[in-house]
Amino acid sequence: MSAAKFSNPVVRWIDHRLPVFSMLDHTANEYPTPKNLNYMWNFGSLAGLSLVIMIVTGIVLAMSYTAHVDYAFESVERIMRDVNHGWLIRYIHMNTASFFFIVVYLHIFRGLYYGSYKAPRELLWILGVVIFLLMMATAFMGYVLPWGQMSFWGATVITNLFSAIPIVGESVVTFLWGGFSVDNPTLTRFFSLHYLMPFLIAGVVVLHIVALHRFGSNNPIGIDTKGRQDTISFHPYYTIKDIVGIAMFLLLLAIAVFFFPNAMGHPDNYIPANPMQTPAHIVPEWYFLPFYAILRAVPDKLGGVLLMFGAIAILFILPWLDRSPVRSARFRPVFRIFFWLLFIDALALGYLGGMPAEGIYVTLSRVATAWYFLHFLVILPMLGVFESTKPLPKSISEPVLATTGEAA
Amino acid sequence: MRKFIFATVMSLMSAVGMPGAASAAGGGDVTLLKNDWSFAGIFGHYDKASMQRGFQVYLEVCAGCHSMEYMAFRNLADLGYNEAEIKAIAAEYEVQDGPDEDGEMFMRPARPADRIPSPYRNDNEARANNNGALPPDLSLIAKARAHGPDYLYSLLVGYQDAPASMEVPDGMYYNNAYSGNMIAMPQPIYGDDVEYADGASTSAEALSADVTHFLMWAAEPKLEVRKRIGVAAVFFLSIFLIMSYLAKRRIWADVH
Ligand code: HEC
Ligand code: HEM
Repeated sequence: MSAAKFSNPVVRWIDHRLPVFSMLDHTANEYPTPKNLNYMWNFGSLAGLSLVIMIVTGIVLAMSYTAHVDYAFESVERIMRDVNHGWLIRYIHMNTASFFFIVVYLHIFRGLYYGSYKAPRELLWILGVVIFLLMMATAFMGYVLPWGQMSFWGATVITNLFSAIPIVGESVVTFLWGGFSVDNPTLTRFFSLHYLMPFLIAGVVVLHIVALHRFGSNNPIGIDTKGRQDTISFHPYYTIKDIVGIAMFLLLLAIAVFFFPNAMGHPDNYIPANPMQTPAHIVPEWYFLPFYAILRAVPDKLGGVLLMFGAIAILFILPWLDRSPVRSARFRPVFRIFFWLLFIDALALGYLGGMPAEGIYVTLSRVATAWYFLHFLVILPMLGVFESTKPLPKSISEPVLATTGEAA
Repeated sequence: MRKFIFATVMSLMSAVGMPGAASAAGGGDVTLLKNDWSFAGIFGHYDKASMQRGFQVYLEVCAGCHSMEYMAFRNLADLGYNEAEIKAIAAEYEVQDGPDEDGEMFMRPARPADRIPSPYRNDNEARANNNGALPPDLSLIAKARAHGPDYLYSLLVGYQDAPASMEVPDGMYYNNAYSGNMIAMPQPIYGDDVEYADGASTSAEALSADVTHFLMWAAEPKLEVRKRIGVAAVFFLSIFLIMSYLAKRRIWADVH
């Protein structure tokens, strides 16, 4: 079937036995993509690029890193000082981790705005949430590796959360630690898992892409493509558009790496871990702050832990909470307002997670947490019933032909 | 769509700003003096003369109490010292080596590859000599505090008489940059504590600025290459961005 496609005889020989070139060709030239995707559709490829950068720099770092409580901090300093370009590799790894989360958060909000989680893309969405969970676990364990003060105390606080589980809590924590406190066995197992998990993520990304290719991308209008007039081939249109996004991403990343490499980190992590001295404020890395705020908003430990995990778990059932048949927020005037409120709410939670848990901050955290759950559990289901949506265009090509201002 | 891009930028900005806000939360009434450091900014670079003077201040004033674990004598080449000078500086110190053929440990003069020896054998000795307080290692101190260099400078010049309302216990000192204002380190710099060979000012402010400059280098020795590569990288990527954007416009010109 494919033999005639390639002029190079070597390519043809290989493709006949192992159709990798056919697969690539299919993705690039035959896979139809809606022609109206905007730049919010760039964050998927950027997430993939981030994952690759993390894996490559991570493997290089692991060559000079020592997973032992007595040497970990020092080995990182040796990477910074004595390993050729070690500082560069480490700063890229550190900053790309933050950029990865920025990209994935935008990717998720894109999905929320345009209703990309709705049928038939529910599994695609769920796989995305699985990736998100794996990313959080990976980043958390990675932050422990340099064995600075925040590494140690962050690990202590977060692993201790599991002690809230009734009956088996204490045993679970002992199991996680590999002992009776965060110590060398904790560090070595975290290193082992931190090395493993990115490859699990890569595996789930493959499934994510398979699911994506089943029905193709959603689009800003949120209606299905109706034929060739609505689509264009991925290559060259979206390859070049993805390259524009990649250039922008790399530019911003370079500015962070070369001029503000520690801006997204915490100064305390340049102090070696000291189990005898608790830092004034223990804060996780910025991308966990919204969830940290939810955790601390609840006066009860178990309740806090449940809500924190619930905040993510709720995303798994989102496709069934939002029953509106219309995908894109463009045609859902009321939903659109609540989307932006949720966005502000998430930013507020992030801010509150970084503030000390006292006074007005506690109250605000509770309000913001309540709003988060209200949005998903009450508002979305109700909107599905009561919202009157705007009329949908007949096809993607139609609003372009009929030049009324409505669809813009 | 435009709204979405705007929100995107806003969220990026606040995401970047957030941890800064979180880590700036210190305690008490603290004063932070901002300095114009030569190493700040996109084209920032270290001032070798200032670092050499700062190193002298470290050796003559701070080294009695503070170690610099991650510094080897060979690193001093960055300050502009040549090999012979570094050898001479190292040779002033004795380090333990061994075992020799008889299994004995022995002392020998330090070599450039050795780390700068600590003033104390261990933390307990350090505490015993400092009223129970532990003088932290200074190799990373400029990155281990929020606002690193500005904070260090403010700390060193921040000793004052305590306000009448405040009781300062024995062995503690009032400092307007330290969180809580009560520090266990006695004022290290008064002015004219060292004699500079190059005739530079030895006021308390000048000495503090020099030693801070030195400590910033110690914490971030690769700052100069980093910024140099950074300028090139940003230049290259900007061009890449413009070119790819133009290519995109061209390719998309026929899509309606
Ligand atoms: C007499 C011993 C002594 C000398 C000399 C000394 N220090 Fe200290 N230093 C200390 C002690 C003790 C502490 C711990 C203070 C505390 O924990 O309250 C300290 C703490 C510090 C800190 C950490 C402050 C913080 O934010 O936690 C810095 C920075 C510092 N010293 C810099 C210097 C510099 C620079 C010099 C030389 C100009 C110097 N010290 C000289 C004893 C000394
Ligand atoms: C390692 C992290 C991830 C990678 C590498 C990744 C990769 C991709 C890629 C390449 C696409 C296609 C391009 C696009 O539509 O943007 C995509 C689409 C999608 N992703 Fe992800 N993704 C990741 C994480 C997530 C997460 C955390 C979620 C949601 C919780 C998610 C949900 C989706 C959805 C719903 C789509 C289809 C969107 C549409 O067509 O409108 N992804 N992903």
